[in-house]
Amino acid sequence: MEAGSRMGQAALDEIHLKVDDLRISFGGVQAVAGVSLDVRRGEIFSLIGPNGAGKTVLLNCINGLYRPDAGRILFEGRDITRLPPHRRAALGIARTFQKIELFSGMTVLDNIRLGRHLHMRAGILSGGCYVGKAAREELTHREFIEREIIDLLEIAHIRDKIVGMLPYGLQKRVELARALALQPRILLLDEPMAGLNLEEVEDMARFILDLNEEERWRATCVLVEHDMGVVMDISNRVAVLNFGEKIAEGLPAEVQATPEVVRAYLGEVEDLYASRR
Amino acid sequence: MDLLIQLLITGVMVGSIYALVALGWTLIYKCSGVLNLAMGELTLLGAYVCLSFYTWGIPFPLAVVGMLVIGFILGLLTERLFLRRMVGESILAVIMVTAGLSFFFRGIVAFTWGTDTQVFTPPVFPAEPIRWGRIVVGQVYVWSFVAALVMLVVFVAFFKYTRWGLSMQATADDEMASLSLGVSAHRVYALAWAIAFMAAGVGGTLLGNINGLNISVGYLGLLVLPAVVLGGLNSVPGAIVGGIAIGILQNLSDGYLSRFTPGGIKEVAPFAFMIIILWFRPYGLWGWTKIERV
Repeated sequence: MEAGSRMGQAALDEIHLKVDDLRISFGGVQAVAGVSLDVRRGEIFSLIGPNGAGKTVLLNCINGLYRPDAGRILFEGRDITRLPPHRRAALGIARTFQKIELFSGMTVLDNIRLGRHLHMRAGILSGGCYVGKAAREELTHREFIEREIIDLLEIAHIRDKIVGMLPYGLQKRVELARALALQPRILLLDEPMAGLNLEEVEDMARFILDLNEEERWRATCVLVEHDMGVVMDISNRVAVLNFGEKIAEGLPAEVQATPEVVRAYLGEVEDLYASRR
Repeated sequence: MDLLIQLLITGVMVGSIYALVALGWTLIYKCSGVLNLAMGELTLLGAYVCLSFYTWGIPFPLAVVGMLVIGFILGLLTERLFLRRMVGESILAVIMVTAGLSFFFRGIVAFTWGTDTQVFTPPVFPAEPIRWGRIVVGQVYVWSFVAALVMLVVFVAFFKYTRWGLSMQATADDEMASLSLGVSAHRVYALAWAIAFMAAGVGGTLLGNINGLNISVGYLGLLVLPAVVLGGLNSVPGAIVGGIAIGILQNLSDGYLSRFTPGGIKEVAPFAFMIIILWFRPYGLWGWTKIERV
């Protein structure tokens, strides 16, 4: 798909998520050293960069797992820098993890349902015996979950399987399904393609495009990914991090041609070869 | 043979009380990774609160309910005042805080209620024992068993069917994931402490009914350790089975071995047992085996 044509579909101007001069360090190492980003509503915004560039740390700050030392994060114009992670989830910020974080002893459906259930607003007592409001809520949610998420991600055939027993590629998909159970407005995807085979990568890319474009979801996506082919194909815009700093940002084609980016990546490749020799 | 059955039955009944307290202990460990050394003092606090209500003339069931309410509030307060500021500190520091709490609570108990043994007067349960053939069991044991079972069922239902219970399970299973799904970690920790206080309070009350209440009931907190080590520190069914097993072990060693020793075999047996378990099954029967992947 042409990046240019997809730019047209995204609402160009409205800033959905703003990261402003964010800084965080761990024991003297600046993991993120003053990064600013504007993610626009409805776009797929990719973060790339060599290992250790601070991409996952940045996602953890956006999602609230880490508290930045300085800087601000604005979601839909609201300052969320000091909010705890569960409040951010309630606002509609969902995520997947680089290393899979599933409730591995439960079935696929239970994982999704738990994501949904933790969101329910029924009282604690009625939640216990499934009467009245809670029962109706449970039913509508179940329908919602089954129809929308399971269909979209094509996991109907494994819905009653125990997650820990599934192959890696499917687990990645279940994690995305569980994130969708929050009906997120913005979805943080941390290396969703890592470890997948070619066919699975194509599926995953299609799913991300679907949930970004379909009226039902319209999720803004922040994607951290190493698979350059996918990143260049599906992203509206790309930012490049290196040693905690943003060294480039723009359309995929522009970023690819930036000398700093070439240097950062080529440097890494050279190191890789050197270490293998 | 009769002696064996007799000992087994009493063991299961006392063990169910241990199971209840062990459940409370495991919950805190599972959800927040805190090894709580103040569990025995939680049982003391709950038991004395219940005893006070009862001696003021409140009927026993209402006194227990009142104790549960107070225990819930104390649990929330303890988490908020002492443990929340420790989130992110090294686990050893947090354990030391619970050790400090145990002295603090023990001091409060001695200060408020004194150190003499107190009993529930009038006795809550009839003194007349129940007889099945040649087996004789005190009613207090039977009712304690029933009460402990009811509490266990209530707690397990709570975990399985309520949103809060599910939040706790999810946090115990994978904290990062549950945070990202909108679970408040603080609320889960606070709830774990509240439930631990309530479970310990019921356990302490029941033991106080059996033997009378003094500071030494707090040793129940130590006895919980072999129970949870047997079950695997983070397993709820393990805590229940472990608690009952320790109850049986205590009774059997008391019944068969105490005549060969000057005394104390009942107190030592669970810990000797714990060491043997640790040799062969360091993760207990159902604990998570931790395998580090690099």
